[in-house]
Amino acid sequence: MTQLYAWGAVGTIVSTSTCGDVLLSRAMKQVGDVGELHRRSGWTMVLGRILRNPNFVLAILAMATAFYAMLFGLSWADVSLVVPASTSLTFVTNALAAKLFLHERVDHYRWLAAIFVAAGVFLLAL
Amino acid sequence: MTLRKYLVLAGVAVFAVTGDSLVSAGMKQTGRVALDRLPNIILVVFHPQIALGILFLLAFFACYIAALSWADLTYVLPTTSVSFILLTLVAKFILHENVSLTRWMGVVLISLGIGLVSQGPSLTPQPRRTPSGDCLAETASGRIEQ
Repeated sequence: MTQLYAWGAVGTIVSTSTCGDVLLSRAMKQVGDVGELHRRSGWTMVLGRILRNPNFVLAILAMATAFYAMLFGLSWADVSLVVPASTSLTFVTNALAAKLFLHERVDHYRWLAAIFVAAGVFLLAL
Repeated sequence: MTLRKYLVLAGVAVFAVTGDSLVSAGMKQTGRVALDRLPNIILVVFHPQIALGILFLLAFFACYIAALSWADLTYVLPTTSVSFILLTLVAKFILHENVSLTRWMGVVLISLGIGLVSQGPSLTPQPRRTPSGDCLAETASGRIEQ
């Protein structure tokens, strides 16, 4: 039963953190380069633009869910299972979601990179 | 890519590893969180190690959103996975842990992944429209093509 809870937590972490990453990436592209924005208008303007972005707020909600799912997972299973399993799967789901929803140019190199990193993280956990 | 941008990417990797390790150590001390005692999952954030871990994760988050403001998600994520390599090197050469051949293979695969993604541009050029409505595409070198 504990294993079922642990894998349920991994599934929740992967789906919510993918949603969070995609929403956050979209929000930050809408905000613009924070370095340039800071030089032009200061930190107050940067923070204001970030915090007023609806995608940023939704991303925080998704990431908070992922964080609490990780806490649940870590209390039921070893960190060597929960963190690598969720992280490696998230690399692949993020590449897919970035292509579908953010229209990023995910070429062969980026697919291979996502798969290599996911496989590498998985091997580190064995 | 400027030095500042490389430092931001390094910050993502280092702060994430430190934060995750501290939260993990804290959760091992607090024990299992039972579903019938849900308030405990909120109270655990006041545990010193978990609170410190959360501070590091906030620093990670600041670097992460800064990186996402000028680079693709599929560029930032593999590049910052250098943290897993750092963890393995720390385990081998500082903590003197036994690192198996399988784990070294994992390090090699992650390094290959980082190498592959760092070859290309960090940001997908977004099409821009002229006042007349024509669509322009910016190439990776910054040149504008119709």
